[in-house]
Amino acid sequence: MSSKLQISLVAGILILIGLGLTLYKKIELGFPLLPGQRQAVWTLESKVSFKPVGGPVEISLALPDSQAGWVVLDDHFASSGFGFTVMESNGNRYAQWTRQSLERPTTLYYKLQIYRADNVGLGGSPVPEIVPPELTADRLAAMERVVESLHELSSGPASFTALLLKQLVQGQMDQDATFLFGSREESKLAVVMDILAFSGIPSQRVRGVFLEDGRRRQQISSLVEVFDGEHWHIFNPKTGQPGLPENFFVWRRGGASILDVMGGSSSQLEFAIVKNTLPIKTVLFMEQQAGEQPLLDFSIYSLPVEQQGVFKGLLLIPVGALVVVLLRVLVGIRTSGTFMPILIALAFIQTTLLTGLAIFLTVVGAGLLIRYYLSALNLLLVARITAVVIVVIFIMAALSIVSYKLGFAQVLTVTFLPTIILAWTIERMSILWEEEGIHEVLIQGGGSLLAAILAYLLMSTALIEHLTFNFPELMISLLGVVLLIGKYTGYRLTELYRFRDLGGPDK
Amino acid sequence: MKWITPRELREQGVLGMNSRNVDYIGRTNDRSRYPLVDNKLKTKQAAQQHGMSVPHLFGVVKIQHEVQGLESLLEGLEKFVIKPVQGSGGKGILVISERRGDEFIKSTGAILNLRDVKRHTSNILSGLYSLGGRPDVAMIEDMIDFDEMLSNYSHEGVPDIRVIIYRGFPVMAMMRCSTHASDGKANLHQGAVGVGIDIVTGHSLYAIQNNQKVDQHPDTGYRFDELELPHWDKILHLAAGCFEMTELGYFGADIVLDRNNGPMILELNARPGLAIQIANQAGLRKRLHMVDDMRPIERGVEERVQLAKRMFGVTMV
Repeated sequence: MSSKLQISLVAGILILIGLGLTLYKKIELGFPLLPGQRQAVWTLESKVSFKPVGGPVEISLALPDSQAGWVVLDDHFASSGFGFTVMESNGNRYAQWTRQSLERPTTLYYKLQIYRADNVGLGGSPVPEIVPPELTADRLAAMERVVESLHELSSGPASFTALLLKQLVQGQMDQDATFLFGSREESKLAVVMDILAFSGIPSQRVRGVFLEDGRRRQQISSLVEVFDGEHWHIFNPKTGQPGLPENFFVWRRGGASILDVMGGSSSQLEFAIVKNTLPIKTVLFMEQQAGEQPLLDFSIYSLPVEQQGVFKGLLLIPVGALVVVLLRVLVGIRTSGTFMPILIALAFIQTTLLTGLAIFLTVVGAGLLIRYYLSALNLLLVARITAVVIVVIFIMAALSIVSYKLGFAQVLTVTFLPTIILAWTIERMSILWEEEGIHEVLIQGGGSLLAAILAYLLMSTALIEHLTFNFPELMISLLGVVLLIGKYTGYRLTELYRFRDLGGPDK
Repeated sequence: MKWITPRELREQGVLGMNSRNVDYIGRTNDRSRYPLVDNKLKTKQAAQQHGMSVPHLFGVVKIQHEVQGLESLLEGLEKFVIKPVQGSGGKGILVISERRGDEFIKSTGAILNLRDVKRHTSNILSGLYSLGGRPDVAMIEDMIDFDEMLSNYSHEGVPDIRVIIYRGFPVMAMMRCSTHASDGKANLHQGAVGVGIDIVTGHSLYAIQNNQKVDQHPDTGYRFDELELPHWDKILHLAAGCFEMTELGYFGADIVLDRNNGPMILELNARPGLAIQIANQAGLRKRLHMVDDMRPIERGVEERVQLAKRMFGVTMV
């Protein structure tokens, strides 16, 4: 029994170490144990590119201030070889890069992480002065007629703007309006601003970025804002929709241009955008604590963002493995292959459960049919498996293409299912079919899927994800638990049914 | 659905899968001895060295090239069995019971020619019947003439007697009867009948098919309560004697009864299943504990068999 005592001792120590470290992090360092609310945190990488024309170069970029509930978590500038300052004028912040001379086209970077703390509107803003546009005689006449007809149909500045944009977006413009907007020299937005100014409505542009995950060359967009004497009303000139779009990050409200380049030409401002969904507590906490606690320097957070993502997945595997161990040892469910269910569960996280299940069953089912034919050919094992792998990939490609043509984009996630694992599953299932019959295939296949589904449900829980990622030391405790289970010699749940008739001689 | 509580199971001394793996197979079986039981050829050779009765080995076919010489190997053999050395679950076993000129007659009555036999042998070598498709070796041995008594209780297949040996003591025994449902195989989970056997008398105790009690063989109709195994003492001695040969603490010995040569060792199993407890309506763990509780002194086969009979006998009610 000394080996049992030894295991218990080692397991106990491991569990205590894991829990102790976790508690220390919680109590001493204030790490949140519960994930709390999750927040979409956007990472924007702004690229300023331009060609130098000779002479000193000065680039100034207006920096966003927190508006409409948006909060800037962190910002970072890359400015090698340039003089760099952040200045403030009229309450606006500017980043300024300067250099005496420059030969090659250059790109400057400004990276910021933002999230929307509150979904609030823009609030008040100083009303700008109305500057009437200077117009040629024919444009003036057209402008007057357009404004007059809009006035007749609208009840105030807001409905005036809404109507104007609606006509513009839907293309239902009369001849005068067509003439005004038809001129090529000015953008449509500029003409809208002119019309608003001409009719005496205070208005300004709201510049910002539409946040779309994965976009690499997003550009600055503008919204139009009009003042009706009491409130500001905002419109998207591209769609005519009123209100501030949810995914619009306000960079600068009103005022002058965002990017000024002196000593350069063909300047461009582009954004690469990535979205991460994180527990906001964690994000805020990391912001406060980074660099202060030595323990945190050894946490997953000290890795680059991409590697963090990889570990997020890796750290979930022990949880899935625990599910499999529990099901096999305590419940007695038979699975095909020990860790196949975990890999399937990981794939389900990418594909979502129902889609994943449907794809899995389709691929394995089709694979089994083809494997049935291959088995009639008496091939050698390695050749047979390779043939199945090729067939599986072919089925996956066929599924993707057909479903895409039919408009089910979700099925494209089929690539997340591990090909080799699928092939082995098919191979094992078909051998099982031949050797033990369909009954055993259904038992083991069903057991595997059940384990995969349970593992998936656990692994996709926000709490589990939060705990494994923020408290990797819990894995030490998990190791201890698994060691203990390895010494479990009690009955399995299924054995209580299997041996049901052994109740005693009196029964 | 009826269930049983863990307490009841413990009281009955039923052995569970986890306990079997950790407490018995893991603790008392040395992994390095496994090849001896997993490989039927090695088992046979070791048994012969220990002077134990096994079906006579006519020859072995190891490589594809040797399949060409099969004809001379089979020269003069009226009846024989070709089987894969590492096959499992009774797959790939070809039983020829008669020869008529160039023709080979299978025990089921089907007629084969030499080419069919050669192809079957070749398939064995390429691993068609071994677990995971590993290349295998074919062995040719004498066909068992089943004892008449046993053939009454078997349909289309091999009836055998499984004896669980723990530290050299025969602790529990069961006869496995193939049925039409089990496709001639003697595996309980495929529908074969398991008959619990009293260690003292060799008389049947209880019979199950698919975990349900049965009174007579579903195909032949013979009643199980009339079953009493002949040569019972010899069977026990043979099974218990495998302990010296394998040095495994916990294993199952599969024994067949030949009409002329009596009991013979067919194969050994290092991971015997637990269904034998249902067939005997008794738990294994109690008996294993009784063996553990004995003074650990070296005992001969005869002494172990006598002790086992005294300890594990069942009084019929």
